[in-house]
Amino acid sequence: MLDKELRSMIGDVKDGRMDRRAFIQRLAAVGLTAPLANQILAIGGVAMAQSPNVYKPTKRGGGGPLKLLWWQGPTLLNPHFATGTKDQDGSRIFYEPLASWDEEGHLNPILAAEIPSLKNGGLAADAKSVVWKLKPGVKWHDGKPVTADDLVFNWEYATDPATAAVSVGSYADITVEKVDDLTIRILFKNPTPFWANAFVGAYGCIIPKHLFAEYKGGKSREAPNNLKPVGTGPYKFVEFKPGDLIRGEINPDYHMANRPYFDSIELKGGGDAVSAARAIIQTGEYDYAWNMQVEDEVLLRLEKGGKGKTIYAIGGDIEFIAVNFTDPNTEVDGERSSLKTKHPILSEPKVRQALAMLVDRDSVKKAIYGRAGRTTANYLNGPEEFVSKNTKWEFSVEKAGALLDEVGWKVGADGIREKDGKKLKLLFQTSINGPRQKTQAIVKQACQKAGIDMELKSVVASVFFSSDVANPDTYAHFYADIEMFQIPMAQPDPALAMRRYHSRYVATKENKWQGQNFPRWMNKDYDAAIDAAENEIDPLKRADLYIKCNDWMWQDNVMIPVMHRIKVGAASNTLHPVVSGWANDLDNLQDWYREA
Amino acid sequence: MSQYILRRLMIAIPSLLGISLVLFVVLALAPGDPFSELATNPNVPPEVQQALRAKFGLDDPIYLRYLSWLSAMARGDWGFSFVSRMNVDTLILQRLPATLYVVGSSQLLALLIAIPVGVYAATRPYSIFDQVANTFAFIGFSLPTFFTGILFILIFSVKLDWLPFVYTTDIKATGIHWVIEQVRQAIMPVMVLGLFQAASMTRFVRSAMLDVIRLDYVTTARAKGLGQRIVIIKHVMRNAMIPVVTLVALQMPAVFGGAIVTEQIFRIPGIGSLLISSILANDTPVIMSVTFVFACLVVLFNLIADVLYGWLDPRISFR
Repeated sequence: MLDKELRSMIGDVKDGRMDRRAFIQRLAAVGLTAPLANQILAIGGVAMAQSPNVYKPTKRGGGGPLKLLWWQGPTLLNPHFATGTKDQDGSRIFYEPLASWDEEGHLNPILAAEIPSLKNGGLAADAKSVVWKLKPGVKWHDGKPVTADDLVFNWEYATDPATAAVSVGSYADITVEKVDDLTIRILFKNPTPFWANAFVGAYGCIIPKHLFAEYKGGKSREAPNNLKPVGTGPYKFVEFKPGDLIRGEINPDYHMANRPYFDSIELKGGGDAVSAARAIIQTGEYDYAWNMQVEDEVLLRLEKGGKGKTIYAIGGDIEFIAVNFTDPNTEVDGERSSLKTKHPILSEPKVRQALAMLVDRDSVKKAIYGRAGRTTANYLNGPEEFVSKNTKWEFSVEKAGALLDEVGWKVGADGIREKDGKKLKLLFQTSINGPRQKTQAIVKQACQKAGIDMELKSVVASVFFSSDVANPDTYAHFYADIEMFQIPMAQPDPALAMRRYHSRYVATKENKWQGQNFPRWMNKDYDAAIDAAENEIDPLKRADLYIKCNDWMWQDNVMIPVMHRIKVGAASNTLHPVVSGWANDLDNLQDWYREA
Repeated sequence: MSQYILRRLMIAIPSLLGISLVLFVVLALAPGDPFSELATNPNVPPEVQQALRAKFGLDDPIYLRYLSWLSAMARGDWGFSFVSRMNVDTLILQRLPATLYVVGSSQLLALLIAIPVGVYAATRPYSIFDQVANTFAFIGFSLPTFFTGILFILIFSVKLDWLPFVYTTDIKATGIHWVIEQVRQAIMPVMVLGLFQAASMTRFVRSAMLDVIRLDYVTTARAKGLGQRIVIIKHVMRNAMIPVVTLVALQMPAVFGGAIVTEQIFRIPGIGSLLISSILANDTPVIMSVTFVFACLVVLFNLIADVLYGWLDPRISFR
């Protein structure tokens, strides 16, 4: 599509005959969006626009203390060990990556001198290597310079299996080599269109070689600096009490002009989301709180108080109901939901279609998520260029009933549908969590009207998401007919999120249920498209492939999207936080300030 | 006496071993693992979660895990937290001051209210004072702390804006201001816990006093012409305090163990909140240490209570 014209336009932008804005507008006119346009320019050799950061303070410091309230306190301060977002946030105050994702899903250089592009020679045309340049003159908090050796060390540290680093996923398939003191080259085994994973974002934070070199591998836990971070970040470490408190003071040698604004930072942990919202919005004791998993109604009521407000950041997190394609009630070779079986009810496409029609997304949004959710028919909801426009959803008990009638599920005497003497009964499981239980109830109600008997089950989160091979209640075992949870998108690229439903990754007893394809859905077209997309360098073709993948999932009703979830924080009225839906709350901490 | 204490301590060893075994097995059988947050993160391949389980020994057989825990514990090594990868003893010591301060003061407050009120109510049973005290006691122990805690926050923090409801361990002020802030932030949690305790303890003191006050020797003391004060304080209270001492001694481990609900509501970084967050995260080494230390304290304070009996009532002998 438009191929020739597009390439000539890219040329125009490169030569300065057309400005970037005009280019983006042209593309928008044909249905493509700004981030995509930017990506096209990047790959076409035009440097990516730096994020439009409106940072007003004109001098460093002077902003007083910044008080953050996390209702789960960080428990460790080594980014390579950060199990949850709370730990990544704690580490991010002191440590920095080469680049972070900004509010619009663009890369914002932090320790990097510039974002690699074809034009500056950072990206290779075959997408098999990336060259990153460090900003010169950046110092660790203890005064030592940051060099390429530190970057190479972080790769070695994370990939050493004895270190037991959580960040290994971002570093495993690459080789990092030093080019000169401030330059590294990342080599990929295969062409990798999404190159911004290692050294970028939460798991990209860099720890100093001179303090951790002795503690690589088996001794990683003993490093004294695991608890006393020495990083490059806007704030220097003062105090840490796991699960309770982190304190930092301004870094007077910070490498960005006029930053940071605050003189000190405090992150208090513990408690619950509702009272955290109170402490920001109602009493104003704190400046910012993360992850406001609070019913919208409550937030709206609190906001009438006036000392604070809620803020929203759109990313790609999706809350969905997955359909089991295998039979959870038949055991084959010591394994239920085995690939050798077919689900007796749900393997019929029309039943799945009916089920999708029984999920009343509007009611779920109205009653539960409010401003923190958007209804959607898609599994893949961002970045914009990957969002399919070909899908739609509707809620209709009548149409669902008609579909079920069509395939022989007739309403019995007790109002429950039956076929060949078998009742239409489904087990619906999820993890214990207020909004999820309420969603379950809404779905169950609609299903009952349509003559489906639905049994609800909820499993405590630490079990549901555990990798315990012996436990039948994990989401990966999927010993239920349908299940609901959320999969976040940690970066503005669909590769990792979509890869998991490839047939190769089906969860089975053989792979100890480590396969990520828990619905056990197999589709050859999908597999081929994913394989092609992973190595496709042309961003347009690549986006097209992922949109197709999304559409296949929609057609097959593998996933019934419940809500496109939006990140919610609470901030005091004067605070100007920079929060991206594509990153953690503190990933752009250096740009936070207070409006006088 | 010292022989008695020694014997009791020797008996404590097998019972502590038994307790530790039961705790360990129950925790090991509990499902789940501390790495569940990794499961949905697309950046983390599932092998990582599996490798962490293996590395931290979660896939080993239970008896091996127990033996290695026991031998480490005997060497004074409490192990490390799976969640923070930090030594458990440092983690616990960090949390202890807040718990001692808040829960300790609340116990003190409870005693300061319960003993005078209970004693006075018992000397004038069914008087107006007694009725009022009883009514308040009933209300007090019928209201759970999670309710009074939130009520207090709504009244004193949100509506009146007098007191902070987020407990901070690093108060910026120095000198007298530091003390004032420290007291200010503890008022609500101490009240919530203290009043709850005081309510049930008042009832207890009152009935213990009433039991003793009717005995013949009290009448004898009165017949000798001793004043009401002397009779009550020297003759009645000393004997009535024996059951109260047991109650207080058995409450003492709780001073170290923290108050799970109240600590969570007011964000007090104490042992209770450590325990609950560890339980939610399946951080077995921490849960194991906290509960085991708690068990040791219960055993120890039982012994102390028994020794105190002898001091209060010389007729009780140690054999």
